[in-house]
Amino acid sequence: MAVRVQTQDFDIAAEIATLTAGRIDIGALVTFTGVVRGSTSGRSLVSMTLEHYPGMTEAELEGIEAEARARWPLQASLIVHRIGELTPGANIVLVVTASPHRHAAFQAAEFLMDYLKSRAPFWKKETYSGGEAAWVDARQADDAALRRWTTSQD
Amino acid sequence: MTATTEITLRYFAWIREKTGRAEERVTLPPNLTTVADLLAWQATRGPEFADAFAKPTIIRAAIDQRHVKPATALAGAREIAFFPPVTGG
Repeated sequence: MAVRVQTQDFDIAAEIATLTAGRIDIGALVTFTGVVRGSTSGRSLVSMTLEHYPGMTEAELEGIEAEARARWPLQASLIVHRIGELTPGANIVLVVTASPHRHAAFQAAEFLMDYLKSRAPFWKKETYSGGEAAWVDARQADDAALRRWTTSQD
Repeated sequence: MTATTEITLRYFAWIREKTGRAEERVTLPPNLTTVADLLAWQATRGPEFADAFAKPTIIRAAIDQRHVKPATALAGAREIAFFPPVTGG
């Protein structure tokens, strides 16, 4: 169980190898990778810069991870989020979940991403071809995604 | 919190850009009791703050690195941060 915030890229295969080293009890591994798109709302993107709140970010991610562990039988989990300037095609975020069976691993990975997107203090600023830049607006769809985890269980 | 207590205020994303600062040490007026009071006071601190805090309902806050609501009390806070809704992931 770990969370990391870093400027450098991550290697998914290496992260999985570390997570599963010496274990034969894991039956299902789910990975989610978020990637920078080259265009948004019809505009061509040059780069995306991610800012965060050091200290609070790690605390929020650890809290989100603990919440997932309380809901599903997870054997391992990992959240890696990049910060700084990223270009189209670059990795932004990695979530890995491990469980004896796939259902819990799939659900926990989705839950971690939904909570991360609505609670972890990261902000994206997009720079477009032509030089203008704009902060990304929070999407109401993300809040709607979050609500489905509270209606059935709480 | 006494009138002479200095606390740290932190700003992120476009609020940092509009206020022109990432953090500052400030002694809050003693009549401020909630996050909503502090948001309203921020808008009175000059043109750049008036601009940054013009729409307080779209601004989120954290006290000592935990999300809080407008009605949350400021008492005991050491660090208060202001930021737009988060957009990570």
